[in-house]
Amino acid sequence: MKICLNGEDRETAGPTLAALVEEAGFAATKIATAVNGEFVPALARSQRTLTEGDRVEILAPMQGG
Amino acid sequence: MRDFYGVTLANPLMLGTAQYPSPAILADAFRASKAAVATVSLRREQGAGQDFWALIRDLGVRVLPNTAGCHTVKEAVTTAHMAREVFETPWIKLEVIGHTDTLQPDPFALVEAARILTEDGFHVFPYTTEDLVLAERLVEAGCRVLMPWGAPIGSGLGLNNIYGLRTLRAHFPDIPLVIDAGLGLPSQAAAAMEMGYDAALLNTAVAKAGDPVAMARAFALAIEAGTLAHAADPMEPRDMATPSTPVIGKAWLA
Repeated sequence: MKICLNGEDRETAGPTLAALVEEAGFAATKIATAVNGEFVPALARSQRTLTEGDRVEILAPMQGG
Repeated sequence: MRDFYGVTLANPLMLGTAQYPSPAILADAFRASKAAVATVSLRREQGAGQDFWALIRDLGVRVLPNTAGCHTVKEAVTTAHMAREVFETPWIKLEVIGHTDTLQPDPFALVEAARILTEDGFHVFPYTTEDLVLAERLVEAGCRVLMPWGAPIGSGLGLNNIYGLRTLRAHFPDIPLVIDAGLGLPSQAAAAMEMGYDAALLNTAVAKAGDPVAMARAFALAIEAGTLAHAADPMEPRDMATPSTPVIGKAWLA
Protein backbone atom coordinates (compact mmCIF):
# COMPACT_ATOMS: atom_id res chain seq x y z
CA MET A 1 0.00 0.00 0.00
CA LYS A 2 1.09 3.59 -0.50
CA ILE A 3 1.70 5.70 2.59
CA CYS A 4 3.59 8.90 3.33
CA LEU A 5 6.65 8.50 5.58
CA ASN A 6 8.31 11.67 6.85
CA GLY A 7 6.86 13.65 3.98
CA GLU A 8 7.79 11.20 1.22
CA ASP A 9 5.52 8.75 -0.59
CA ARG A 10 6.46 5.15 0.02
CA GLU A 11 5.22 1.65 -0.74
CA THR A 12 5.02 -0.58 2.29
CA ALA A 13 4.03 -4.17 2.84
CA GLY A 14 2.57 -3.19 6.19
CA PRO A 15 0.40 -4.17 7.77
CA THR A 16 1.31 -2.43 11.05
CA LEU A 17 3.29 0.61 12.13
CA ALA A 18 5.73 -1.72 13.90
CA ALA A 19 6.33 -3.53 10.60
CA LEU A 20 6.95 -0.24 8.80
CA VAL A 21 9.43 0.88 11.47
CA GLU A 22 11.27 -2.42 11.02
CA GLU A 23 11.10 -2.22 7.22
CA ALA A 24 12.52 1.33 7.25
CA GLY A 25 15.45 0.24 9.44
CA PHE A 26 14.49 2.01 12.64
CA ALA A 27 13.61 -0.96 14.82
CA ALA A 28 16.60 -0.66 17.13
CA THR A 29 16.87 3.12 17.21
CA LYS A 30 15.76 5.92 19.49
CA ILE A 31 12.64 7.20 17.72
CA ALA A 32 9.05 8.24 18.33
CA THR A 33 6.15 7.71 15.96
CA ALA A 34 2.93 9.42 14.95
CA VAL A 35 0.25 8.49 12.44
CA ASN A 36 -1.96 11.18 10.91
CA GLY A 37 -0.85 13.65 13.56
CA GLU A 38 -1.55 11.35 16.52
CA PHE A 39 1.25 10.07 18.75
CA VAL A 40 1.57 6.27 18.71
CA PRO A 41 3.59 4.99 21.70
CA ALA A 42 6.22 2.33 21.02
CA LEU A 43 4.20 -0.36 22.77
CA ALA A 44 1.14 0.36 20.58
CA ARG A 45 2.96 0.19 17.21
CA SER A 46 2.28 -3.50 16.66
CA GLN A 47 -1.46 -2.94 17.15
CA ARG A 48 -1.60 0.12 14.90
CA THR A 49 -2.69 -1.11 11.46
CA LEU A 50 -1.78 1.15 8.56
CA THR A 51 -4.16 2.03 5.77
CA GLU A 52 -3.62 3.53 2.32
CA GLY A 53 -2.66 7.20 2.47
CA ASP A 54 -1.65 7.27 6.14
CA ARG A 55 0.83 10.00 7.07
CA VAL A 56 3.52 8.48 9.26
CA GLU A 57 6.14 10.48 11.13
CA ILE A 58 9.27 8.86 12.57
CA LEU A 59 11.18 11.39 14.67
CA ALA A 60 14.60 11.17 16.27
CA PRO A 61 16.72 13.26 18.66
CA MET A 62 18.05 16.38 16.99
CA GLN A 63 19.90 19.57 17.89
CA GLY A 64 17.69 22.17 19.53
CA GLY A 65 17.75 25.46 21.37
CA MET B 1 19.49 27.63 44.77
CA ARG B 2 15.91 26.98 43.64
CA ASP B 3 14.84 23.63 42.31
CA PHE B 4 13.19 22.94 39.00
CA TYR B 5 10.34 20.50 39.59
CA GLY B 6 12.32 18.97 42.43
CA VAL B 7 15.67 19.01 40.63
CA THR B 8 18.52 21.21 41.83
CA LEU B 9 20.99 22.14 39.11
CA ALA B 10 24.72 22.06 39.80
CA ASN B 11 25.06 25.18 37.67
CA PRO B 12 22.21 27.49 36.59
CA LEU B 13 22.90 27.35 32.86
CA MET B 14 20.85 25.58 30.22
CA LEU B 15 22.61 25.42 26.87
CA GLY B 16 21.19 24.69 23.44
CA THR B 17 22.74 22.08 21.17
CA ALA B 18 22.07 23.61 17.74
CA GLN B 19 24.21 25.49 15.20
CA TYR B 20 27.70 24.53 16.43
CA PRO B 21 30.47 24.26 13.82
CA SER B 22 30.99 20.57 14.70
CA PRO B 23 29.93 17.92 17.24
CA ALA B 24 33.39 18.13 18.85
CA ILE B 25 33.03 21.89 19.38
CA LEU B 26 29.55 21.32 20.79
CA ALA B 27 30.96 18.90 23.35
CA ASP B 28 33.90 21.18 24.24
CA ALA B 29 31.59 24.18 24.57
CA PHE B 30 29.34 22.25 26.92
CA ARG B 31 32.20 21.33 29.17
CA ALA B 32 33.50 24.91 29.16
CA SER B 33 30.06 26.32 29.95
CA LYS B 34 29.47 23.97 32.90
CA ALA B 35 25.84 23.84 31.72
CA ALA B 36 23.72 21.43 33.73
CA VAL B 37 21.00 21.09 31.10
CA ALA B 38 21.04 20.54 27.33
CA THR B 39 18.06 21.52 25.21
CA VAL B 40 17.25 19.16 22.35
CA SER B 41 14.51 18.67 19.78
CA LEU B 42 12.83 15.99 17.69
CA ARG B 43 12.99 16.01 13.93
CA ARG B 44 12.42 13.55 11.09
CA GLU B 45 15.08 10.85 11.28
CA GLN B 46 17.50 11.31 8.41
CA GLY B 47 20.37 9.30 9.77
CA ALA B 48 22.09 11.71 12.15
CA GLY B 49 19.78 11.39 15.13
CA GLN B 50 21.34 8.37 16.79
CA ASP B 51 24.91 9.72 16.73
CA PHE B 52 23.68 13.04 18.08
CA TRP B 53 21.86 11.27 20.90
CA ALA B 54 25.01 9.31 21.81
CA LEU B 55 26.95 12.59 21.97
CA ILE B 56 24.40 14.22 24.27
CA ARG B 57 24.23 11.18 26.54
CA ASP B 58 27.99 11.29 26.95
CA LEU B 59 27.81 14.89 28.19
CA GLY B 60 26.19 13.57 31.36
CA VAL B 61 23.78 16.51 31.64
CA ARG B 62 20.03 16.60 32.10
CA VAL B 63 18.04 16.89 28.88
CA LEU B 64 15.27 19.42 28.23
CA PRO B 65 13.42 18.58 25.00
CA ASN B 66 11.63 21.43 23.24
CA THR B 67 8.59 21.81 21.02
CA ALA B 68 10.39 24.28 18.75
CA GLY B 69 8.59 25.17 15.57
CA CYS B 70 5.14 24.18 16.82
CA HIS B 71 2.44 26.72 16.02
CA THR B 72 -0.65 25.01 17.45
CA VAL B 73 -1.69 23.42 20.72
CA LYS B 74 -2.14 20.04 19.04
CA GLU B 75 1.31 20.08 17.41
CA ALA B 76 2.98 21.08 20.67
CA VAL B 77 1.13 18.50 22.76
CA THR B 78 1.83 15.68 20.29
CA THR B 79 5.51 16.68 20.04
CA ALA B 80 5.75 16.74 23.84
CA HIS B 81 4.39 13.19 24.07
CA MET B 82 6.84 11.98 21.43
CA ALA B 83 9.71 13.74 23.23
CA ARG B 84 8.77 12.21 26.57
CA GLU B 85 8.99 8.74 25.07
CA VAL B 86 12.30 9.31 23.27
CA PHE B 87 14.12 11.28 25.98
CA GLU B 88 12.49 9.54 28.95
CA THR B 89 11.86 12.75 30.87
CA PRO B 90 8.70 14.59 31.96
CA TRP B 91 10.51 17.89 31.31
CA ILE B 92 9.36 19.83 28.27
CA LYS B 93 10.38 23.27 27.06
CA LEU B 94 7.04 24.37 25.73
CA GLU B 95 7.24 26.61 22.68
CA VAL B 96 4.10 27.52 20.81
CA ILE B 97 5.15 30.07 18.24
CA GLY B 98 2.69 32.84 17.41
CA HIS B 99 4.60 34.92 14.91
CA THR B 100 7.14 33.82 12.32
CA ASP B 101 9.20 37.05 12.30
CA THR B 102 9.62 37.56 16.03
CA LEU B 103 9.17 33.91 17.07
CA GLN B 104 7.24 35.23 20.02
CA PRO B 105 4.90 32.78 21.71
CA ASP B 106 1.17 32.60 21.03
CA PRO B 107 0.08 33.35 24.61
CA PHE B 108 -3.40 31.84 24.27
CA ALA B 109 -2.19 28.56 22.76
CA LEU B 110 0.71 28.47 25.22
CA VAL B 111 -1.59 28.55 28.26
CA GLU B 112 -3.89 25.91 26.77
CA ALA B 113 -1.01 23.59 25.88
CA ALA B 114 0.56 24.11 29.32
CA ARG B 115 -2.71 23.12 31.01
CA ILE B 116 -3.12 19.97 28.91
CA LEU B 117 0.49 18.88 29.38
CA THR B 118 0.45 19.53 33.13
CA GLU B 119 -2.67 17.36 33.42
CA ASP B 120 -0.81 14.70 31.42
CA GLY B 121 1.97 14.71 34.04
CA PHE B 122 4.54 16.83 32.21
CA HIS B 123 6.84 19.29 33.99
CA VAL B 124 6.34 22.28 31.76
CA PHE B 125 9.02 24.93 31.15
CA PRO B 126 7.06 27.52 29.15
CA TYR B 127 8.93 29.83 26.79
CA THR B 128 6.96 33.02 27.36
CA THR B 129 7.20 36.79 27.13
CA GLU B 130 7.72 38.98 30.20
CA ASP B 131 3.96 39.69 30.34
CA LEU B 132 2.87 39.51 33.97
CA VAL B 133 -0.74 38.47 33.32
CA LEU B 134 0.33 35.72 30.95
CA ALA B 135 2.79 34.51 33.59
CA GLU B 136 -0.06 34.35 36.13
CA ARG B 137 -2.17 32.30 33.70
CA LEU B 138 0.72 29.90 33.15
CA VAL B 139 1.13 29.39 36.87
CA GLU B 140 -2.64 28.81 37.17
CA ALA B 141 -2.28 26.24 34.37
CA GLY B 142 0.20 24.35 36.54
CA CYS B 143 3.62 25.67 35.46
CA ARG B 144 6.12 25.72 38.34
CA VAL B 145 8.86 27.28 36.23
CA LEU B 146 8.60 30.33 33.96
CA MET B 147 10.98 31.12 31.12
CA PRO B 148 10.50 34.70 29.94
CA TRP B 149 12.43 35.82 26.90
CA GLY B 150 15.12 38.46 27.13
CA ALA B 151 14.62 39.29 23.45
CA PRO B 152 13.51 37.37 20.34
CA ILE B 153 15.18 33.98 19.79
CA GLY B 154 18.56 34.27 18.10
CA SER B 155 18.55 38.09 18.14
CA GLY B 156 21.32 38.60 20.71
CA LEU B 157 19.65 41.82 21.85
CA GLY B 158 19.86 40.98 25.54
CA LEU B 159 17.30 42.01 28.14
CA ASN B 160 14.84 44.19 26.19
CA ASN B 161 12.51 45.00 29.07
CA ILE B 162 14.39 45.16 32.33
CA TYR B 163 11.38 46.67 34.07
CA GLY B 164 9.08 43.82 33.01
CA LEU B 165 11.63 41.16 33.95
CA ARG B 166 12.18 42.77 37.35
CA THR B 167 8.43 42.93 37.89
CA LEU B 168 8.14 39.21 37.19
CA ARG B 169 10.90 38.46 39.69
CA ALA B 170 9.19 40.57 42.35
CA HIS B 171 5.76 39.10 41.64
CA PHE B 172 6.82 35.44 41.68
CA PRO B 173 9.35 35.16 44.50
CA ASP B 174 8.80 31.39 44.77
CA ILE B 175 8.64 30.40 41.09
CA PRO B 176 11.98 29.56 39.45
CA LEU B 177 12.57 32.02 36.61
CA VAL B 178 14.81 31.26 33.65
CA ILE B 179 15.80 33.96 31.20
CA ASP B 180 15.29 32.21 27.89
CA ALA B 181 16.25 33.53 24.48
CA GLY B 182 17.75 36.71 23.14
CA LEU B 183 21.02 36.71 25.08
CA GLY B 184 24.02 37.72 23.01
CA LEU B 185 26.68 38.56 25.58
CA PRO B 186 27.79 37.19 28.96
CA SER B 187 27.17 40.58 30.60
CA GLN B 188 23.47 40.19 29.75
CA ALA B 189 23.36 36.80 31.45
CA ALA B 190 25.14 38.32 34.45
CA ALA B 191 22.53 41.10 34.56
CA ALA B 192 19.71 38.54 34.65
CA MET B 193 21.35 36.64 37.49
CA GLU B 194 22.08 39.87 39.40
CA MET B 195 18.34 40.60 39.14
CA GLY B 196 17.64 37.34 40.92
CA TYR B 197 16.83 35.09 37.99
CA ASP B 198 17.45 31.43 38.74
CA ALA B 199 19.02 30.32 35.47
CA ALA B 200 19.73 31.35 31.90
CA LEU B 201 18.99 29.40 28.74
CA LEU B 202 20.92 30.25 25.60
CA ASN B 203 22.20 28.73 22.39
CA THR B 204 23.06 31.07 19.52
CA ALA B 205 25.32 33.38 21.58
CA VAL B 206 27.69 30.46 22.16
CA ALA B 207 27.20 28.42 19.00
CA LYS B 208 27.57 31.37 16.63
CA ALA B 209 30.48 33.05 18.40
CA GLY B 210 33.76 33.01 16.49
CA ASP B 211 35.16 30.81 19.26
CA PRO B 212 32.22 28.95 20.83
CA VAL B 213 34.32 27.25 23.50
CA ALA B 214 35.80 30.53 24.74
CA MET B 215 32.36 32.15 24.70
CA ALA B 216 30.93 29.21 26.65
CA ARG B 217 33.53 29.79 29.34
CA ALA B 218 32.76 33.52 29.33
CA PHE B 219 29.09 32.75 29.97
CA ALA B 220 30.02 30.33 32.77
CA LEU B 221 32.04 33.06 34.49
CA ALA B 222 29.33 35.68 33.96
CA ILE B 223 26.63 33.47 35.39
CA GLU B 224 28.77 32.66 38.38
CA ALA B 225 29.51 36.37 38.89
CA GLY B 226 25.86 37.38 38.55
CA THR B 227 24.72 34.66 40.95
CA LEU B 228 27.32 35.67 43.55
CA ALA B 229 26.42 39.34 43.15
CA HIS B 230 22.72 38.68 43.75
CA ALA B 231 23.48 36.60 46.83
CA ALA B 232 25.73 39.40 48.11
CA ASP B 233 22.76 41.82 48.25
CA PRO B 234 23.82 44.71 45.95
CA MET B 235 23.75 48.32 47.14
CA GLU B 236 20.86 50.55 46.13
CA PRO B 237 21.72 52.91 43.27
CA ARG B 238 21.26 56.63 43.98
CA ASP B 239 21.17 59.76 41.82
CA MET B 240 23.66 61.90 43.77
CA ALA B 241 27.32 61.24 44.47
CA THR B 242 28.42 60.27 47.95
CA PRO B 243 32.14 60.24 48.78
CA SER B 244 33.59 56.84 49.54
CA THR B 245 36.81 58.23 51.01
CA PRO B 246 36.34 59.69 54.54
CA VAL B 247 35.92 63.49 54.63
CA ILE B 248 37.01 63.74 58.28
CA GLY B 249 40.76 64.14 58.62
CA LYS B 250 41.32 65.69 55.22
CA ALA B 251 44.24 68.18 55.28
CA TRP B 252 43.71 71.92 54.81
CA LEU B 253 45.80 72.49 51.70
CA ALA B 254 43.79 75.09 49.81
